[in-house]
Amino acid sequence: MIHLTIFSIFAVICVAGAVNLLVQRHPINGALSLVVVMGSLAVEYLLLGAEFLAAVQVIVYAGAIMVLFIFVIMLLNAGVEEQTKGSRVAILLGIPGMLVGSLLLSWVLLEHSGTQAVAAGALPGSPRVIGWLLFHDFLLPFEVTSVLVLIAIMGAVVLAARPEAAQEKRKG
Amino acid sequence: MVPLSYYLILSGVLFACGVTGFLIKRNIITIFMSIELMLNGVNLSFVAFAAQWHALSGQVFVFFVMVVAAAESAVGLAIIIAVYRTRETLNVDKVNLLRL
Repeated sequence: MIHLTIFSIFAVICVAGAVNLLVQRHPINGALSLVVVMGSLAVEYLLLGAEFLAAVQVIVYAGAIMVLFIFVIMLLNAGVEEQTKGSRVAILLGIPGMLVGSLLLSWVLLEHSGTQAVAAGALPGSPRVIGWLLFHDFLLPFEVTSVLVLIAIMGAVVLAARPEAAQEKRKG
Repeated sequence: MVPLSYYLILSGVLFACGVTGFLIKRNIITIFMSIELMLNGVNLSFVAFAAQWHALSGQVFVFFVMVVAAAESAVGLAIIIAVYRTRETLNVDKVNLLRL
């Protein structure tokens, strides 16, 4: 019972944050509501027993990635979003589409899926177990991902560096 | 005890919000945040299914999705900075060089 209560509270917070992301016009407000979504998703992960993922969600997603977003918003001095003709058409088509899609999905899931309950902490995903899996069964994907991250870091530096600065460095 | 379908509905609603944000927003940074929202929705269904089928590989997969999302956001934000530097705008309607 308490499990369901916690789930409901954080599910409501999560959806409210996601809807707030759609409603807000300023990107910094959107970024902060996305932090709320990610924080409440971490609680849902804890309910499912994924302790390691909940910690990683808070540290990497709500911490690192969102800080990157907020840095870029402040760096580019992003202001309130402008309304154009295209965005009005998109709102007219997009909002009803989302409502229909969500309702259809909920109906199908409620009607046709076995509603077997998931117990709290039925599958303990502690750092120890996840780490064992990562370095035994998933060693090759892990190493490939590390190379991917390295390439991404270099790509970000190359893309974000000012062209003039790079040229000056090459000259002198 | 929470039924699996509740988790799936939450993840589906988050994904739908992400798709809608992707469609209705005109600020390139907000569009990028909608993509992150979609990734989060999918991650939740991965973790729910992992708990349902007692398969820890689902959680490991979510870990990989997070790593790839971090790499993607670093490169994507660098591209946004490069676009802003050349076009002086964040509105995707004004970045239309490829349009016929």
